[in-house]
Amino acid sequence: MLKRIVFSLALVLPMVIIAANTASADPDKLATLRGSALNKEVKAPPIPKVYNDDKRQVRSYPEQPPTIPHAINNYQIDLNTNRCMFCHSRKAVQESQAPAISITHYMDRDGQFRAAVSPRRYFCNQCHVGQTKVKDLVPNDFVDIDRILQEKTKK
Amino acid sequence: MSKLIDIYLRIYRALRRPSVHFSLGFLTIGGFVAGIIFWGAFNTALELTNTETFCISCHEMEDNVFQELKTTIHYSNRSGVRATCPDCHVPHEWTNKIARKMAATKELYGKFFGTINTREKFEAKRLDLAKHEWARFKANNSLECRNCHEFDNMDFTRQSPRAAKFHSSSLASGDKTCIDCHKGIAHKLPNMKGIKGL
Repeated sequence: MLKRIVFSLALVLPMVIIAANTASADPDKLATLRGSALNKEVKAPPIPKVYNDDKRQVRSYPEQPPTIPHAINNYQIDLNTNRCMFCHSRKAVQESQAPAISITHYMDRDGQFRAAVSPRRYFCNQCHVGQTKVKDLVPNDFVDIDRILQEKTKK
Repeated sequence: MSKLIDIYLRIYRALRRPSVHFSLGFLTIGGFVAGIIFWGAFNTALELTNTETFCISCHEMEDNVFQELKTTIHYSNRSGVRATCPDCHVPHEWTNKIARKMAATKELYGKFFGTINTREKFEAKRLDLAKHEWARFKANNSLECRNCHEFDNMDFTRQSPRAAKFHSSSLASGDKTCIDCHKGIAHKLPNMKGIKGL
């Protein structure tokens, strides 16, 4: 008899838990970037405009990879070719007047400087990205180091 | 040999002699009508082979280059104006068009012997094929680009600063032509090792 009760409980309990969870989780209040319920299909947001004014932007910290101040639609970066290097390679910059990739891009994992771009630096937009005119999706409380130092000296 | 000469001479004599059975009116008007039909048929066939449907009726074109074109702005864009294969790959002017069509008979050879009938073969030959097109564009000063993108009508103030700079200097001076910088605008690039992209 006891066995049977335990068995039936084991069968029913998960169902109850699932039902309770489904009821409690309001799909409209999920903390995600999706902005809508999982089970609802919403209209895709419009594609934002990309900054394309070729003006170099401030780096928030010295190690920050500079952002790309122009459109890079359909730029081919694969085994065959790297379109960014058409202008940003060591040899192309005189003609293109684009900033040349820095020496760190020639460095392999052993710290040796090589003749060509190191394979681990080959895919430009792993670090460098274009910027779009959109509202931040999540709040950001990043503070520039200069301001931190300034505030420290004030105290 | 003497038999051939004999046939030739017989045809020559027949052509030289005035017609015995047909009236002058029939021959002139009939010749005129036949001419129209021939010319019409010739042009129709020419235009038929100058369509995208014809180009991508071969899987070599449909599976490789056409799929790549589909991802670019020359296929799909905000205003819905698009370039089809012949817009870029066949000159629009008659003499050059015929010259290109004659050169294209080599493509029939390629189709027949299956020089690019697999993806691997196509990839292996991609550089050669691309080089042909680059050379053609370079030689005719990117004429097929300019059929739509007229330099005189370019508004540099509407271009990005970078584009305006290059178009008003290198392109304006004739130092460079469209294809020099815009390689791979409609298709994927081959292995560019040792090739100047700019």
